Amino acid sequence: MSERAKVVGLHGGLLVLLFALQFALPAYHHGNLARIMVLASFAIGYNLLFGYTGLLSLGHALFFAAGMYGAGLSVLHFGWSPAPALIVGLAAGAAVSALLGLLALRTAGVAFMIVTLMFAQAGYLAILYFGKWTYGDEGFVIARAARMLHGVDLSDPASRYFAALALFAVSLAVCLWLVRSRFGKTLIAIRENEERTRMLGYDTFARKLGAMVISGAISAAAGAVYGLLFGYVGATFASVQYSIFPLLWVLLGGAGVVVGPFVGTLFMFYLIDLSSGVTTAYMLIAGVVLVLLTLFAPQGLTGELRRRLWPWLP
Amino acid sequence: MELGPYILLASIEGSVTAAVLALTAVGLSLVFGVMRVVNIAHGEFFMLGAVIAWFVAQALGAHPAVGFAAALIVAPLVVGAIAVAADVTILKRIDYDPERTIVATIGLLYIIQQLTLMGYGPDARPVEAPFNSRLAIPWWEWKDGALQMYWPWGLATTSYKLAVIGAAALVLLGVWAFMTHTRAGLLMRATQQDREMALAFGIPVERVYALVFGIGAGLAALAAVLIVPISQAHYLMGADPLLLSFIVVIIGGLGSLPGTVVAAILIGLSDGIVSVFFSPTLAKILATLLVALVLVFRPGGLFGTRQA
Amino acid sequence: MTLLATQGLSKHFAGLQAVRGVDLDLPRGEVRALIGPNGAGKTTLVGMICGRIAPSSGTVHFDGRDITALPAHRRINLGMAYTFQITSVFARLDAAENVALAARRRVRGEGVEAVVQEALARVGLADRAATLAGDLSYGHQRLLEIAMGLAQAPRLLILDEPTQGLAESEIAAFKSLIRDLAGGATILLIEHNMSVVMETANRVTVLNAGEVLAEGAPAEIRADKAVQAAYLGTG
Repeated sequence: MSERAKVVGLHGGLLVLLFALQFALPAYHHGNLARIMVLASFAIGYNLLFGYTGLLSLGHALFFAAGMYGAGLSVLHFGWSPAPALIVGLAAGAAVSALLGLLALRTAGVAFMIVTLMFAQAGYLAILYFGKWTYGDEGFVIARAARMLHGVDLSDPASRYFAALALFAVSLAVCLWLVRSRFGKTLIAIRENEERTRMLGYDTFARKLGAMVISGAISAAAGAVYGLLFGYVGATFASVQYSIFPLLWVLLGGAGVVVGPFVGTLFMFYLIDLSSGVTTAYMLIAGVVLVLLTLFAPQGLTGELRRRLWPWLP
Repeated sequence: MELGPYILLASIEGSVTAAVLALTAVGLSLVFGVMRVVNIAHGEFFMLGAVIAWFVAQALGAHPAVGFAAALIVAPLVVGAIAVAADVTILKRIDYDPERTIVATIGLLYIIQQLTLMGYGPDARPVEAPFNSRLAIPWWEWKDGALQMYWPWGLATTSYKLAVIGAAALVLLGVWAFMTHTRAGLLMRATQQDREMALAFGIPVERVYALVFGIGAGLAALAAVLIVPISQAHYLMGADPLLLSFIVVIIGGLGSLPGTVVAAILIGLSDGIVSVFFSPTLAKILATLLVALVLVFRPGGLFGTRQA
Repeated sequence: MTLLATQGLSKHFAGLQAVRGVDLDLPRGEVRALIGPNGAGKTTLVGMICGRIAPSSGTVHFDGRDITALPAHRRINLGMAYTFQITSVFARLDAAENVALAARRRVRGEGVEAVVQEALARVGLADRAATLAGDLSYGHQRLLEIAMGLAQAPRLLILDEPTQGLAESEIAAFKSLIRDLAGGATILLIEHNMSVVMETANRVTVLNAGEVLAEGAPAEIRADKAVQAAYLGTG
C-alpha cells in the first residue's frame, strides 16, 4: 500500500468510525464523544503551533475564549444566529492571534512561553473586568432558542454530535493537508532548525505568524462551537487551565502527529472522568500525567507508535 | 480622610506587600539565575508554606507566638525539602531543559495544589499573629498659621505589619551575606557565571542546583509564613504571588538579585497605591501586560543592561 | 563586472573590533578564497555579507544593488547561498528533504524532485537520500550542506570552511566539484586547507585582525612575506 493510501485510510477510517459510533454508543458516552471531538479540534489547532512549528504557547485559552466569546456575545447582545456568530468567533480568534503573534514572536523559547501566558492572563482578567457585558466569572447561558441553525436544533444530542464531528473532520483535514504542503514542510523545518531555514531564504517570522493565526483560528472555531453546542460561555474557559489542557492533550497524544491531539484528548478525558468518582481533585491526575510524560514519554502515545511501528504517520 | 494620610496608609500596606514579595521573588530569581529554569510551581511552594504554618500552629496549640515561631522554622525547611526532592526526582532527570522544566513544574503545581485541596480542604484559615497591637499614626495639618499634629480616624497599622517589613529586610540581608560570604554562596555564583567551567573545576553542580531549588522554595515558604497572619492560608493562594514574582523578576532583570529587590519594592509600593485609584482587576491587567511588553521590548529588564 | 562589493565594512562587538573597513570586490564568475588565521574575522565578514550579522558601519552591494539593510532571507532570495561553518542540517529530516527545502525556494511541484536528485548526485550522496541527516557521518553532513547550497542554484555561493573534517578522498572530490562549478557560479570560499585554496581559487583575499592584509592570485599570496608572517607567526 502506498504511503498516501495509508495516510488517507487511517484518517478517513477514523472519521468513518466516529460517524458510525453515534449509532452504537450509549447516551452518556455519546455526549462525551461530542465534547471530546470539539476539544480535540482545539488541540489540533494547538498542535499546529507546538507540534509542527515548535512554538510552545501557554496562552491558547485566549484563542479558545476569543472564539467562544466572539460567538457567544454576538448571540447574547445582537441576537445573531449560530452561523454568523461562528464567523465572528473565528475572526476574533484570527485577529487576537495575529496581534499576539506580532508581539510574542519577537521572543523565543522561555520568553515566548511567558509572554503568551501573560497575554492570556490579561485576556482572562479583561473578561472579569468587563463583567457588565461578559457576566464575568458566572458567565452566561446561550438559550436553546438561539441555538437553531437552519432549523436544526444544536442542543439536540444527535445534531450536536454531528456538528462536533463536522468541526473535527474539517480541523483534521485542514491539519493533514497543511502539514503535507510546502507551507507545512517549512514549519517543520523551522521547528527543526530555524536559523538554517532562514538562511535558505525563508521569511521565518512571516511563516511563524501564519502558523500562529491558523492555530488561533482553529482554536477559536473550537471555542465558538463549544459555546454554541453546549450552551454556556464562562470565564473558566479563558483561564490558565484551558491553556494547559491543549498542551497536556497534545503531549499525551503525540506532538507533531495529526491524530495525536484526538488520542490525547480522548485518553485524558476518560482518565479524569474515571477519577472523578474517586476524588474531586481531578486536576491531580493532569499534574501527574504531565510530570510522567516529561520524564518518560516526551513523544506521547502516537509519537511512540510512529517511532516503533508506523514511520509514515504524518 | 484626606488624600495625604490615605497615601501614607497605602504606602505602609504597600511596604508589607513589597517585603513579602521581595522574599518570594528573590527565591524565584535565584532559581532562574543559577539554574536557568523557570519554576512555575513557585507559587505553590509559597502556598505550602502558609498551609504548613497553619498545621504547625494547630498542632502546638500553645501561645500563638510559640506556634508562629515554630512555623517560621518548620515550614521553610519542609518546603525546601520537598523542593529538593522534586529537583532530584524530576528536574535532574530531564537535564534542566528549559521548556520541559516549565511543563514539569506546571505538573508539579497541580500535584501540590490538588494534594493540598485533598488534605487541607477548600477553606481559608487564619494563623494568629504572635503580637498584634494597633498603632495609630499621626498626621499634620496647617491650622491657624501653625503645623498641628492630630490623629486621623482610621489611620493606623499594627506592630505585626512593621515586624514583617523588618523581618523581610533581615532575611534579605542574610541571603546577601550568604551569597557573598560563604563557600556555598560562592559555588552558586560560580555555577551561575558558567556552568561548564564550574563542572570543569569540580563543583558538584547537581548538588548546587538541588540546594538552590530548595532555598528558592524555602524563601517563598518563609514569605508565606510571614504573611499568613495578615491574609489567610488557602489552597489557591499561590497564583498571585507567582504572577507578582514573575513581574518583579522580569522587570528587575532576570536573575539579578539587587534588581529583583528594587523591583519588588517598586511593585509592592505601587500595588498598594495603584489599588487606591484603580480596581484590583484593572491593576492586575496592567501589570500582566507590562510584564509581557517588557519581555518583548526590553528582554534585559527595565533596569537591566542589554547583554551582547 | 562586479557581483558583490563591500565598502568600509566594519563590526565591533562591545569594544572588540572584529572586522575593520573591509573593501571587497568580487567579479562575476570568480572563485575567491578568503583565508586568515583563527579570529581574523572571516566568519563575521561573510555573516555581514549574507545578513546574519548587522554591520556597525559600511555597505554591501550585490549585483549593483545596496543590500546593507535587507534581512538575510531577502538576500538569499536575491541569489546568495550560505553553508554553515558548524554543520547545520535538519538532523531529524532525511537528506532528500533537507535538499528539497533548499530547492523549494525557486522550483515548485514536480521540479523539486529532479533538483534534489541532481544536487545529491553531484556531491555523491545519491544513495543516501532516504537517510536521516542526523544519521549521516560528519563528512557526509558537510557534503549535504554543499548539496543544499547547490540546490539553491545561487549566483553567489558562500562556503564557510566546507572541507573541515572531510577525508582526503572527499576533499579531492570537493576540489573537482568546485572546478566544475567555476565559471557558472561565483564562489566565496572560506578555507583553511591551502591545497584546496591553491587548486580552486582564482584569487585569494587574506584577512588578519579584521583587516585585509593582502589580495592576489594564489601564487602571489603564497610568496607574500606579510602573509607568511601573519599566518605562520614567523617574521
